[in-house]
Amino acid sequence: MSDLLLSIRDLFVSYGKVEAVHGVSIDVPRGQIVTVIGANGAGKTTLLNAAMGILPARGAIEFEGRNILRQPVEDRVGGGMTLVPERRELFATMPVEDNLLLGGFLISSHERAQQLEEVFTRFPRLKERRRQLAGTLSGGERQMLAMGRALMAKPRLLMLDEPSLGLAPLIVADIFAIIRDLRSAGVSILLVEQNARAALRVADSAYVMELGEITLHGKAADLAADPKIVETYLGLATH
Amino acid sequence: MDSTILLFLLQDGITNGALYGLLGIVTVLVFAVTRIIFVPQGEFVTYGALTLALLDTGRVPGTIWLLIGFGVVAFAVELWMSRHDLNARKIVREALIKIILPCLIALAVIWLAPMKLPPWANLLITLAIITPMGPYLYTIAFRPVAEASVLTLFIVAIGVHLSMQGLGLVLFGAEGLRGTPLSTLSLPVGPLVATGQTLSIYVLTLVTMAALTYFFNKPLFGKALRATAINRLGARLVGIRTSLSGAIAFVLAAIIGALTGALSAPMTTIYYDTGFLIGLKGFIAAIIGSLASYPLTVIAALAVGIAEALASFYASQFKEVIVFTLIIPVLIWLSLSSHHVEEEEE
Repeated sequence: MSDLLLSIRDLFVSYGKVEAVHGVSIDVPRGQIVTVIGANGAGKTTLLNAAMGILPARGAIEFEGRNILRQPVEDRVGGGMTLVPERRELFATMPVEDNLLLGGFLISSHERAQQLEEVFTRFPRLKERRRQLAGTLSGGERQMLAMGRALMAKPRLLMLDEPSLGLAPLIVADIFAIIRDLRSAGVSILLVEQNARAALRVADSAYVMELGEITLHGKAADLAADPKIVETYLGLATH
Repeated sequence: MDSTILLFLLQDGITNGALYGLLGIVTVLVFAVTRIIFVPQGEFVTYGALTLALLDTGRVPGTIWLLIGFGVVAFAVELWMSRHDLNARKIVREALIKIILPCLIALAVIWLAPMKLPPWANLLITLAIITPMGPYLYTIAFRPVAEASVLTLFIVAIGVHLSMQGLGLVLFGAEGLRGTPLSTLSLPVGPLVATGQTLSIYVLTLVTMAALTYFFNKPLFGKALRATAINRLGARLVGIRTSLSGAIAFVLAAIIGALTGALSAPMTTIYYDTGFLIGLKGFIAAIIGSLASYPLTVIAALAVGIAEALASFYASQFKEVIVFTLIIPVLIWLSLSSHHVEEEEE
């Protein structure tokens, strides 16, 4: 069990009477990048939001062997997981630096200062713009800030929801390079992406989600070579 | 008008302005943390003033029953809202905070009130009664709709104001009351007299302004409270307990509101609906301060107070009209000069 960081079993998530995720099981081993790919509306974001505790769910969610199904979001952050949501959810009218410092709200001030330096080293652009209001950043910078803010909490598991959405190809390449670096730094990653090609290239293992269910699971390299996947998710992908 | 009258008017204006400033500060504070335009703050002023005035006469104020009522309802709302992850520890903790605490306060008041304690002790008792009402009220009326738009929150706030004003009429009756001054100190300053009461109002306003300005801009905890209002989900994702932020804002709002009431009680007769008008003038000051700056709000409040004093001398029947008209040019200027930063991206 010890090498399994996050384990989701038979997860059901509903919006009112409409069920969006039906009995999904996913494992994130320690030190790996796991990706969930699938079309728009497959339930990927719902799955992440439930894993983070933003949406109530039925089933089992274990983080480092502890059942966290009923834990509120704030406790999960303290426990070592963070989510970079699709809409970033930055503090738009605060400077970049305050956004980052607040990311480290739950750690000690000494660790916070250290972590800020680390984030600035990883994202030099954020250091240049530390006094600028978050709402005035470009799309790519916002994504960097959202990731930087999440990293400030010193997470062991980082969950990323569509980090490449709406970004120019060059910036997407940057973001995926950073994701790869983060794994080397010991952060495990659960990555939800529509950009299946880029996601499969960076991930260790992958799940395919369709209409709220997992339909395929395997090593990312195997899935990238699977003719069905190539046809459905990679054939038309532009990048 | 000779210079002595002008000085009297100025002193009167500054004293009232300082009181408006305190309420303007509350408006800015509550908005900065919860996005609520805090209309019912006038009721906290009224409740504070009338509770103190009743304690001064040795009577038990009806606000203790209201406190217990608020606590019980807040307890029920809390349990309903967290029905999915209830456990015995949580139920006991909530019962302690929302049922046992107000009952203990009520018992203490019933025991202490007939002793006719000195004014400062009665002030502390008043704060003990009114302060918990703030977070209870937040749990009852605002937490269930915390994610709603500013307009929805505003409508709820007006509803809360009307209910609390009605309850005020039931609790205190239609007759006004006046409190005993906190101190009998009076210092002659030229032709004017500075009383201990007015001096304590000035000090309270300045200290509150400086403390809140520091708190919301320097320590991370203050920034976290502001972040709650800017992006609630973002705040939760970094581990800030947003319901706690709201409760803290309402504790501060209730304390400042009750203190404002308690300090103004000896200077004028307070009726069950007096607080609203005082609160509204504080609101004007807060708008002039763009709902963002504490010092600007206090300066604007002083201007409102002075304008009101002069207006009551020159055209007393148009006093309120003149004061409330002040806001129009300011709004035009603000809307022309504001540089808008997107609150929600994409």
